[in-house]
Amino acid sequence: MAESPSHAHDGHAHAGHGAHDGHGGHHEESWFVHYFWSTDHKMIAKQYLVTGMLMGVIGAYFAYVFRMQLAFPGKPVPGYGLVTGADYNALVTNHGAIMIFWVAMPVLIAAFGNYLIPLMIGCDDMVFPRINRLSYQIFAISAVLVVASFFVQGGAFGGAWTAYPPLSAKAEYSLTPAGSSLWLIAVALEFVAFLLGGINFVTTAMNSRAPGMKAFDIPIAVWMIVIASILFMASVGPLIAGALMLLFDQMIGTGFFDPDRGGDPILWQHLFWFFGHPEVYVVLLPAMGFVAEIITTFSRKKMFAYKTVLATTFATGLLSFFVWAHHQFIAGIDPRMANVFSVTTVLISVPIAEMCFVYIATLYGGSITFSVPMLWALAFIAEFLLGGVTGIYLGSSGADIYFHDTYFVVAHFHYTFFPIAIIGSFAGMTYWYPKMFGTFMNEAWNKLHFWVTIIGFNGIFLPLFITGASGDHRRIFDYTNFPELDTPELQSLRVLATVSLLVMLVIQPVFLINFFYSMFRGKKAGANPWKANTLEWQAASPPPHGNFPTLPEVYRGPYEFSVPGRDEDYWPQNSPN
Amino acid sequence: MDSALPGLRPTRSRVLIESEVVAMVIFVFTEVMLFAGFLSAYTIIGSGAPVWPPVGEPELPVGPTAVASLALILSGGAVMMSGRGATTRWLGVALGLAGVFVVWQVVEAVRLVQAGLTMVSSAHGGFFYTIVGAHAIHALVAMIVLSGCLWRQTRGGLSPGLFKAVRIFWYFVVGLWPVLYAAVYL
Repeated sequence: MAESPSHAHDGHAHAGHGAHDGHGGHHEESWFVHYFWSTDHKMIAKQYLVTGMLMGVIGAYFAYVFRMQLAFPGKPVPGYGLVTGADYNALVTNHGAIMIFWVAMPVLIAAFGNYLIPLMIGCDDMVFPRINRLSYQIFAISAVLVVASFFVQGGAFGGAWTAYPPLSAKAEYSLTPAGSSLWLIAVALEFVAFLLGGINFVTTAMNSRAPGMKAFDIPIAVWMIVIASILFMASVGPLIAGALMLLFDQMIGTGFFDPDRGGDPILWQHLFWFFGHPEVYVVLLPAMGFVAEIITTFSRKKMFAYKTVLATTFATGLLSFFVWAHHQFIAGIDPRMANVFSVTTVLISVPIAEMCFVYIATLYGGSITFSVPMLWALAFIAEFLLGGVTGIYLGSSGADIYFHDTYFVVAHFHYTFFPIAIIGSFAGMTYWYPKMFGTFMNEAWNKLHFWVTIIGFNGIFLPLFITGASGDHRRIFDYTNFPELDTPELQSLRVLATVSLLVMLVIQPVFLINFFYSMFRGKKAGANPWKANTLEWQAASPPPHGNFPTLPEVYRGPYEFSVPGRDEDYWPQNSPN
Repeated sequence: MDSALPGLRPTRSRVLIESEVVAMVIFVFTEVMLFAGFLSAYTIIGSGAPVWPPVGEPELPVGPTAVASLALILSGGAVMMSGRGATTRWLGVALGLAGVFVVWQVVEAVRLVQAGLTMVSSAHGGFFYTIVGAHAIHALVAMIVLSGCLWRQTRGGLSPGLFKAVRIFWYFVVGLWPVLYAAVYL
């Protein structure tokens, strides 16, 4: 904690600001320092964003390989080769882990949290910029480790991202002596990185707000990232405890999860899911925040029931700590316990549904522009709703006995996580791109990318609801060994899912090329291309080191659109009149 | 806007709690949840076992550890005093008392291992060393940071916010111990 707050240590950052903007103007830094050793929250955000995108490509490649195996079992996969059972397990495990810990978390919370919080609350940087830099460096090491686990003796860990013992605890079961420990260490380091980041987010949002910005003048995106960080920090402790115990079981042979020696494998499930369920909301809330910013801006309307959104967020956060055992209905927990957790699980859909209603009410009567970010935001609400509704079936402990570990579960959580991690990220990236890089992305290509991605996504997972309800178990890599599952009807649905995935993957380079090409050749965007109110749009695009020429003062809430009697239909937070 | 001059900051809104203290409180909260995880795991395994701790394991030195615990608690008082003046002297006292505690923990661990209680001998042994060891590592790290504060104080460069945060961490290390002691030793 040997860290001094930014206002004390980087006096140089303010001294020259009014006089000359742009990096490099006030002090020379080498390209290495600028891109890899920066303490600027915007550069750290971009580091997280690019790393997250890179890991997203890896996670998507894994999905491609195992979906090909499921559709065309036993045939060599182009670009990979023959998929063995161990390969399949390692790919599925790391697809899950990478998409959650190395894509959703870094992009939604770390990248956007870093980028948006100081800009949206009107300050020059995070409170602890060097801790922020350390956070990314630890994250980068964890990303390298998880990829490296594919190249060690025995291969990568294949015991599912939930890492249930005894499979994960003993090398004679997992057959990946080095891979499972490397995986666990990578996950633990990733948690440390987000712990450091989260401390920064909460402290900065609390102490560095622009003068005049009261609690209810804070944009919802900032609120959501802060609440998500608090949820993360409240839930991660028990998992770190569990991860240490599992690491000891793996490496020095303790018996924490070994029933023969007085341990209990179910204990891990409790420790894991006590974190694992709040984690869903840790990534959901930032995405919800981006959607709030986008739909108010593109419907030119004030947020309907700002305080209700906050109340439902707090309710969701609180409830999310009392639902974890719904992952364990068939793990042998007491049925009376299962009833309690069924009730809390169904209850948690109430605040989330309320949030969706509030968003729809915000749209009502608005002057809606179907820009690319708006399309992503609307798609988020629609697709997430499907994920939520199918969750009611799984949350009912009786129905879950049938559905557990089928593709119905897989389809359900992809209808929650895909909107969060992918749709939410695309919404945020397309909305804040002009701010981050000062240029527009090509809108036509982005619209094509949006529609193909959305159609592809539904094409993957709608069939999987049907195969799951027909009894497709999710941990089987070759159905030809199971006559009752190896039917032409189910197989054609599996092929449909895989073909849809291919369609969705083929369009992604369009976005990536658009993303990087537009940085250099895109149409110049002004400071406030969407005519939005929040403070980040009042800084230059891209904002220079130090963000604002003079730090802004705040006079009103973030969503004052279409106020009667004003010439313009927006009213920036920092404009005195 | 009173800041017509470039680079002059407008008056900040009042900061209620120093950033270092906010950060430390959040960090301590996470740490509390970490140990809550350990303790709930310990309780679940312990209450599920027919006999707990298992028969035939060496007895934990309840009495001597209580004396060492007293040294740790007194060091908490010394750290509290160091925040009110005579910082160098009180920090020295606190480090000495904390040293007594940590040295006793090491001596105890060595003797218990010799008596046959190890990480791998049973789930109970594993929990004992994990929980007590995790606390001892926290105490050691906190002592290193306190020594750093002492060193900075002698050179006159100790920032009050940082020192307050470090003291909060030490109160956490001290305050946590009686809970762990009651759960693990008694």
